[in-house]
Amino acid sequence: MTTIIEAAPGRKAAPGRDGAPTPMLSIRGLQTFYGKICALKGIDMDVNEGEIVTLIGANGAGKSTLMMTIFGSPRAREGSITYEGRDITRLPTHEIARLEIAQSPEGRRIFPRMTVYENLQMGAAINGFAHFDRDLERAFTIFPRLKERAQQRGGTLSGGEQQMLAIARALMSRPRLLLLDEPSLGLAPLIVKQIFDVIRDLNKTEGLTVFLVEQNAFHALKLADRGYVMVNGLITLSGTGKELLSRPEVRAAYLEGGH
Amino acid sequence: MDIFLQAMINGVTLGSIYGLIAIGYTMVFGIIGMVNFAHGDVFMLSAFVALILFLILTQLLGITNVALAFVIVLVGAMAITALWNWAIERVAYRPLRGSFRLAPLISAIGMSIFLSNMVQVIQGPRNKTIPPMFEKNIALTSGGSYDVTLSYKQIVIMVSTTLLMAAFWYLVQKTPLGRAQRACEQDRKMAALLGIDVDRTISLTFVIGAALAAVAGVLYLSYYGVVSFADGFVPGVKAFTAAVLGGIGSLPGAVLGGLLIGLIEVLWSTYVSTDYKDVAAFSILAITLIFMPTGLLGRPEIEKV
Ligand SMILES: Nc1ncnc2c1ncn2[C@@H]1O[C@H](COP(=O)(O)OP(=O)(O)O)[C@@H](O)[C@H]1O
Ligand SMILES: [Mg+2]
Repeated sequence: MTTIIEAAPGRKAAPGRDGAPTPMLSIRGLQTFYGKICALKGIDMDVNEGEIVTLIGANGAGKSTLMMTIFGSPRAREGSITYEGRDITRLPTHEIARLEIAQSPEGRRIFPRMTVYENLQMGAAINGFAHFDRDLERAFTIFPRLKERAQQRGGTLSGGEQQMLAIARALMSRPRLLLLDEPSLGLAPLIVKQIFDVIRDLNKTEGLTVFLVEQNAFHALKLADRGYVMVNGLITLSGTGKELLSRPEVRAAYLEGGH
Repeated sequence: MDIFLQAMINGVTLGSIYGLIAIGYTMVFGIIGMVNFAHGDVFMLSAFVALILFLILTQLLGITNVALAFVIVLVGAMAITALWNWAIERVAYRPLRGSFRLAPLISAIGMSIFLSNMVQVIQGPRNKTIPPMFEKNIALTSGGSYDVTLSYKQIVIMVSTTLLMAAFWYLVQKTPLGRAQRACEQDRKMAALLGIDVDRTISLTFVIGAALAAVAGVLYLSYYGVVSFADGFVPGVKAFTAAVLGGIGSLPGAVLGGLLIGLIEVLWSTYVSTDYKDVAAFSILAITLIFMPTGLLGRPEIEKV
C-alpha cells in the first residue's frame, strides 16, 4: 500500500500519470439500458490510483447507474470497464466485489435487521475474517460512534450513523478503490463535513483511491483531484476540481445556492 | 382435563412436524419471495426416501438396533432430500429468476405435480407402511378413567425437533453462511456488492429447507408408520398455513405457527370433529390472510426492493 504525501491538498500526481498512465479504473464507451431506456449513453472516464475523482450531476443523470454498472448490476450493454488492467465488464457482481473494489451504494443499504457488528462482519465476508479484529478496530477508530452502537440493529440508526456504517462496512474488505454514492444525502452539514474529512484522511494517509458521486457539488469538487459532470447519461465536462468549480456552467447548474 | 393434556401432547408432536416443514416455506419466501408449492411434495419425497432407507437397513443389511437405524435413516434422508431440492431449484426455479413474478410460482406447482406423480409411478399408488418403531408408552397419569400417555415416538419427535431446530438456529444466527443467508434475505443486491454469491446462497436455502423437511418426513413416517404419494399436499398446506400464521419470512414464526396449527388440529379433532380437522387449518389460513396478513411474528412489509 502506497502512502502519498502531499503538500497542496487536491493536487497530486497519480503514479504513472506522466509516463504511460494506466488508470486504476478505466471506462470506455459504456452504455447501460433499463429495458428500452438508455440510462448511460457512452461514458468514458478514468480513475487513477491515489486520486479522489468525483462525478456530479443532477438527479436522474445516471450517476448511480454508472456506479452499479461498474459492479455489473445492471450489466453494461456496450463498452468496457477495466480495473487494474483486467476487463471486468462481464464479471458477476460478487466476483467484482472480490477485486479490492468496494461500494457504499446510493441509499446506504444497511442490512436493517442485522446489528452494526453483523453489518461490519458482512463487509469482511470475502476475506474470510483473516484480519477481522484489526479491521474492526480501525473502523471503530474512524467512526467511534459505531462502537457505541455495535449491538444496535442497522435499521434503528440515524441517517448519519447509517452512512458511517455503510462506509465502514465497505472498508472492511480492505478495498483499494472505494466507490461512494452520495454519502452526504440528507445529512446535517456537520456530519457531511465529518464524512468528507474521513474520505480525505483515508485518501491522504492510506492512499485509498476514491470515486465519489455527489449532488453536493461544491464540497465534492473542493475535495476531489478531478471531476466529471454528467448530464442525461453523458459526460459533458471534466477537469480538475478547481477548474470545474470556476466554470460558469457548473456554477450555474450545480452551485448557485447549493452550499 | 386428562383428555386436554393428552391433546396438548399430541398437538405439540404434530406441531413440531409442521414447524419443521414451515421453516422451508418461510426461508424460501424470505429470500426469493416465492411460495414454494412443491415443498410439501419434497416432504413427501423425503418420507419415501426414509422408507426405502429403512427397508434397506433392516431387511437387506439386517440392522436390528432401531435407534441406530433411525439415526442413519435421518441423516441419509436429509442428505438425499437436500440434494433433490438443490437440483429442483437449479432446474425449475433459477432459470426463471428475473422473469415475471408468477413464473417460478407456476414452475413450483408443476414441480409439485411432477414429484407426486413420479412417486406414484415408481412406488405405486397404495399406502406404504413400515414396521412400528419405538412402541413403548410412558403413562403420565394412571388410575383415572383416562390415562394420559407420552409415547417413545413422541419423545423422539420432540427431542429430534428441538435438537435440529437448535442446530438450525445456530447455523442461521452465528455462522457466516447463515449471515450471508440473512443478508440476501434483507437485500440481495447489497449482499452481492459485498461479494456474496447470491445464487449459491439461494441454493443453500433450498438445501437447508429440504433437510428440515426431511427430518419432518422421517418423523412423520415413524409416527404414523404409513405414507402415500399424496401425503405431500395436506401436511404441506398445513405447514404453509403455519408459516403464514407465524408471519411468513419469520423463522420463530414458523415454529410458533407450526405448534399452534398442530395444537388447533388436535384440539379440534378431540372436542369438535375429526372429520373437519383439515377444514380448521384451512380456515385459519383464510382468516390469517384476511385479518392479519403479516402473521403473529411477521413484520409489516413496507417495501421490498
Ligand atoms: N431500476 C431502474 N429501472 C428503470 N429505470 C431506472 C432504474 N434506475 C434508474 N432508472 C432511470 O435511469 C436514469 C438514471 O438514474 P440514476 O442512475 O439513479 O440517476 P442519478 O443517480 O444520477 O440520480 C433515471 O432516468 C432513472 O429514472
Ligand atoms: Mg443516484
